[in-house]
Amino acid sequence: MRKGVLKRLSVLVLMVFVLGIAVGCGGGAQNAGDEDKGGEIKVGLNVELSGGVASYGTNCRDGAMLAIEEINAAGGVLGKQLNPIVRDCKSLADEAMSVSAALVDEGIVAQIGPLVSGNVQGSTPVMMDNGIPLIAPAATAPNVTVDEKTGETLNSIFRVCFIDPFQGTLMAEFAADNLGAKTAAIYKDASTDYGKGLAEYFKKTFEAKGGTIVAEEGFVKDDRDFKAALTRIRGKNPDFIYVPGYYQEVAPLVKQARELGITAPMGGGDGWDSPDMVSVATAPNLNNTYFTNHYSSQDKDPKIVAFVEAYKAKYNKEPDAFAALGYDAVQLLAQAIKDANSAEPAAITEALAKIKDFEGITGKMTIDEQHNPVKAGVIIEFKDGNQVMNTRIQP
Amino acid sequence: MATGEALLQLPFTVNKGEVAIMLEFVQQLVNGLSLGAIYALIALGYTMVYGIIMLINFAHGDIMMVGAFVGFYSITLLGTNIVMAMIFAMIACAVLGVVIEKVAYRPLRGSTRIAALITAIGMSLFLEYMTIFLLGPQQKVFPHSAFPLKEYNAMGLLITNKDIFIIVSAVVLMIILQYIIKMTKTGKAMRAVSVDREAAVLMGISVDKTISITFAIGSALAAAAGVMVGVYYNTINPLMGIIPGLKAFVAAVLGGIGIVPGAMVGGFVMGILETFVSGYGSSLYRDAVAFGVLILILLIKPTGLFGKDTGEKV
Repeated sequence: MRKGVLKRLSVLVLMVFVLGIAVGCGGGAQNAGDEDKGGEIKVGLNVELSGGVASYGTNCRDGAMLAIEEINAAGGVLGKQLNPIVRDCKSLADEAMSVSAALVDEGIVAQIGPLVSGNVQGSTPVMMDNGIPLIAPAATAPNVTVDEKTGETLNSIFRVCFIDPFQGTLMAEFAADNLGAKTAAIYKDASTDYGKGLAEYFKKTFEAKGGTIVAEEGFVKDDRDFKAALTRIRGKNPDFIYVPGYYQEVAPLVKQARELGITAPMGGGDGWDSPDMVSVATAPNLNNTYFTNHYSSQDKDPKIVAFVEAYKAKYNKEPDAFAALGYDAVQLLAQAIKDANSAEPAAITEALAKIKDFEGITGKMTIDEQHNPVKAGVIIEFKDGNQVMNTRIQP
Repeated sequence: MATGEALLQLPFTVNKGEVAIMLEFVQQLVNGLSLGAIYALIALGYTMVYGIIMLINFAHGDIMMVGAFVGFYSITLLGTNIVMAMIFAMIACAVLGVVIEKVAYRPLRGSTRIAALITAIGMSLFLEYMTIFLLGPQQKVFPHSAFPLKEYNAMGLLITNKDIFIIVSAVVLMIILQYIIKMTKTGKAMRAVSVDREAAVLMGISVDKTISITFAIGSALAAAAGVMVGVYYNTINPLMGIIPGLKAFVAAVLGGIGIVPGAMVGGFVMGILETFVSGYGSSLYRDAVAFGVLILILLIKPTGLFGKDTGEKV
């Protein structure tokens, strides 16, 4: 409640502030940035470098900086060097907004970040008001790029990651095509949009592929007993069981399923990605289970191998999905500037919306009308307690 | 499927589909009994405390959580086996229950019931967040080695040693409790205080001591349930007591709050009801149906299944 009021108040203060600048500088503030200095294009990095999700922001920044370095070393974009301006939004939505305002003030042509959906939404009004494109590397909530009330796409907001529910589509394709499943049961986290969204997309795709959903069950956050519904599912004897949820519930669920003698392959989304999966469910129970993710550093694709090597050489650590998505966000921006043949924010925005078959580290992507990329995902398999990349799915 | 082989072992002829249906029914019953045993053990503490001082001890679920953590640390740090861990947890929580009663509830015994209720809620939050403060909010994984899983396959019916452990130890604890209440002097005192506190004082019963013992026994049972949850579900966390606590409270009300056998039956009814709604209706409506039935029972019989119609309770 109070936060809402605070947010609205700060939007108001900010609008007055931005208006003041626009009037004060005679409206020339932004144009002066990229045209007059000639040699450089300013790119804002508004990422979480401290606070709750600092590790996301830090890795994303590292990936993005690597991309900028590579682009500049190869002569820049349109003959101009990319000049990154890195700012910390402290993992706070309000802070993300004021950082964006400051970055706009400095004359950026586009902003990369923040990472978390809520923080992107904090930054959104500033970017929209100024008509400067925002590329979200990892915001997976569906409503980041569309106005929830009107259903209209937000003009300036783009992303390079797929939205959460899309993982359901990927897993359905994998189950039907790679595992040869004809029947599937869904046991979803019915208390989150995440679980419901993934389940919905899974069902749609699996049925479109000629499969049958034989059971649809649900659990809620903090449930610990899944045996009743699992016993029921066991009676239906499905070829595949889809469990979109988070590891706190999924780990005991998988364990109980195996204890009930269910041997069918099971799968889920990136909510499964936690070391707790193995410690709770135990390695043997997790064999023959799969989950979808944005990317795997084990991928043998030469482009990814090169990226992983360059990243390791520079930072001495394994690049995670956030690093890869940060890298892709910058590369996508560079592509859009090239396509537009201009570093004007409006031209870049237009070019971003038209991106087609862009080859990123996290897959080939095409931006759809809702500014979401249609792109590949990877299937990770648990093998004796280790996460092993199984395959890449291109829808 | 194992039903094929099972068919050969049956002395009478039934078709394969019927066997499968029967097996699934018995399997669900086992699932329900394990869950119900845990609810019943927690419900006993609620009902005993209510019976004796008319207080709904909302911290009770959190005492269960503390019990689970004591069990966890006695296995991981002291290397005890599961039975010793359970005994340690029961002793620790018995002490904790007595201390809570002395510190938080006794000073309020003369005040309004709502004041005591709010204190209980405060105590619940205190235990939850104190544990988070001391041990962190992350879930802890109960060591698998503490209770190696064994499965028994009886004609396609899968029963694990965990199910047996939970049901048997719950029943043993309930028998001990019944013995204490019905056969011992302490039990007699507890029953006396619960019927009429003033008269009990006149008979030379120490009310304070009796209430302390009630808290000790109730908390020890919750601790046992906590260790069972750890063994059965493998993870424990500082907020794990909230939902089972609430459901056990409902079970206690369902059986007739303040009535010991009512809590046992209420717990099992609750567990089996939940399981069967998930198993034969839909897991999506589990809580809605389970609580709907609860409301129905209370509408028909407001004092609960075992309640006497005194028109006073709940």
